[in-house]
Amino acid sequence: MCPFELHIPAPSARPGDAPDFSHLIIPPAGGIPRPEVSAPASTLRDLAYGLIRVLDEEGHAVGPWAPNLPPEKMRQGLRAMMQTRLFEDRMFRSHRQGKTSFFMKSTGEEAIGAAQSLALGPRDMCFPTYRVLSWLMARGYPLIDLVNQIFSNERDPLHGRQLPILYSARKYGFYSISGNLGSRFGHAVGWAMASAYKQDDSLALAYIGEGSTAEGDFHEALTFASVYHAPVILCVTNNQWAISSYAGIAGADEATFAAKAAGYGLPGLRVDGNDFLAVWAATEWAMARARANLGATLIEFFTYRVAAHSTSDDPTRYRPVDEATKWPLGDPIQRLKGHLIALGEWDEARHTQCEAELAEAARSAAKEGEAVGTLGKSKPPVSEMFEGVFETQDWRAREQRGELGV
Amino acid sequence: MATMSMIQALNSALDVKLCQDPDVLIFGQDVGYFGGVFRVTEGLQKKHGEKRCFDTPISEGGIIASAIGMGAYGLRPVAEIQFADYILPAFDQLVSEAARLRYRSGGEFWAPITVRAPYGGGIFGGQTHSQSPEALFAHVTGLCTVIPSNPYDAKGLLIAAIESNDPVVFLEPKRIYNGPFDGHHDRQVKTWASHPLADVPEGHYVVPLGKAATVREGRAVTVLAYGTMVHVANAAIEESGIDAELIDLRSIVPLDVDAIVASVTKTGRCVIVHEASRFAGFGSELSALVQERCFFHLKSPIRRVTGWDTPYPHAFEWDYFPGPARVAKALKQAMED
Repeated sequence: MCPFELHIPAPSARPGDAPDFSHLIIPPAGGIPRPEVSAPASTLRDLAYGLIRVLDEEGHAVGPWAPNLPPEKMRQGLRAMMQTRLFEDRMFRSHRQGKTSFFMKSTGEEAIGAAQSLALGPRDMCFPTYRVLSWLMARGYPLIDLVNQIFSNERDPLHGRQLPILYSARKYGFYSISGNLGSRFGHAVGWAMASAYKQDDSLALAYIGEGSTAEGDFHEALTFASVYHAPVILCVTNNQWAISSYAGIAGADEATFAAKAAGYGLPGLRVDGNDFLAVWAATEWAMARARANLGATLIEFFTYRVAAHSTSDDPTRYRPVDEATKWPLGDPIQRLKGHLIALGEWDEARHTQCEAELAEAARSAAKEGEAVGTLGKSKPPVSEMFEGVFETQDWRAREQRGELGV
Repeated sequence: MATMSMIQALNSALDVKLCQDPDVLIFGQDVGYFGGVFRVTEGLQKKHGEKRCFDTPISEGGIIASAIGMGAYGLRPVAEIQFADYILPAFDQLVSEAARLRYRSGGEFWAPITVRAPYGGGIFGGQTHSQSPEALFAHVTGLCTVIPSNPYDAKGLLIAAIESNDPVVFLEPKRIYNGPFDGHHDRQVKTWASHPLADVPEGHYVVPLGKAATVREGRAVTVLAYGTMVHVANAAIEESGIDAELIDLRSIVPLDVDAIVASVTKTGRCVIVHEASRFAGFGSELSALVQERCFFHLKSPIRRVTGWDTPYPHAFEWDYFPGPARVAKALKQAMED
């Protein structure tokens, strides 16, 4: 009789080791078939174990998933990704200068929000995590409103009530973010059920990190989405790291995250998340399926969290310092840029000029926000603290305002 | 008007809202075809269609998360949790999401949801069908917590809850679903038939949230109660012969603090009664409020009559339950102190 052994998963490399992604199977771009959107989920299982990729090493869009996107749409996506990165770099520095309490970057993951924001319509609703700023950038959300929120100053659209970057922007199809992981995944399903109940055409799209797929919320949402054929696109952004825990701690060594769909009878697509066109194509497929009343799709976006988890984190303590540079799927901005150049729709000079413009936009928004005030230098009236708890204030708010003298 | 049990009154409230507002829909475990384990949704699916009253998976977190998403979209969902004892898997959704959505989104999103749950003891339900978790919700800023004690209030409060733009936890004292219960478990079970508050209008009316009811006026001592304990306290008052004023809080959030203060200021004595265990129970908050606001009017210490600080025990149900004898004893002590 052999004694049981407790298995504790471990990543392929730790600090001091050479980064090692040799265990990843990266199929060539264009190699995965694209089924009809009406195909039964039970016939789609292979999609959860492959990797849908469109952009090849030379920047060409290849294979059946290649979306026929007008170059202007791709340039819009590229600008949104670039603006996201430049803005986040700028605000990260603001944090380092003590101008706010907290910040998070989405470096390396910008293609996901940018492509999906442009693919979905104005009446659709996205239920974001804290790492999809590119959704807002793609829809032209004013940078100054982001800065004011990050500084919690007197013009903060959320009235000083939320941690930096936990935005809410209903007009931009962007639901209120919470620091609780996974807890809005089911809200998207509820939204989609409501839309179907009203015979509306507003789709819902939700994000969850690969680490949070271990929460009950994920499985509850998939159950409801499946049972009620909810028109929702459920996305796992698998960026390999949940703070210091590699994806294997959430089960990645046993099954892909896309494969979770099978048990719910849903299609599960596994997609190169650093490939703007693959993200677009998979989203378009899931949208068409939902709009045909065929219900939900689970999409795993395979990507890499290049930056620290947050400004409170130091990834050199748990992963090789140069791991990001060895990520085999490259950088989403460089890949879309390369594609546009290969098409003759973009060039280095335009890219450099665009970068300068977007950096200036970020700089000037930061300056404008600083003029209003950084954290602690400016804040909304303290009476705002007591507003908006209930639709109308109860006696507690009135009394406590008086007690505080505001 | 019609004579209704609390179950019929709740059913009538749901029926009225389903007729009146196409954005109202009902879901929960066994609420659809079957009509709910306590029959509160009986006939609603047949009358209004399966899209307006349907069954859900056994997933309290999923039920409330879906309700919040529907509420954010613009519907007014009414979700049933089969027993309040089973609401805890949804606690994160209620605390971290429903209660804060309006606040944290700067008013962009809110959750106009009603979460119905049978609660409380007196039915030999043991630990998992008897608990009174109201203090857990009352502590969460942003949630309303409502507890009716009779058919008339149950219907009017439930309609008010559904029409509220804030999330409401609506706790239904299951022991009094079919008749008032005064705590004398060894006596014959009563029905609502002869009770004046079982006379319920068949159409729409509202009992506003945050308005307590004075069940009986008195000058000697104020008794604060809600749910089943209103009937237990009433019996104790009658049996003790003490001229007590009985206040039915009806909703604990929002709380009618003015009614409490007015009564205790008049009587100078206060006894608080609830089924839930004592330590950090809602009685603690009531006691603190009365002390802060009525201290110079108090003639004796505030007393609490509650369940004991143990899990809800099966064989010891009537040793645990704060019955009329214990309430009467507290009333006498309050008068003698």
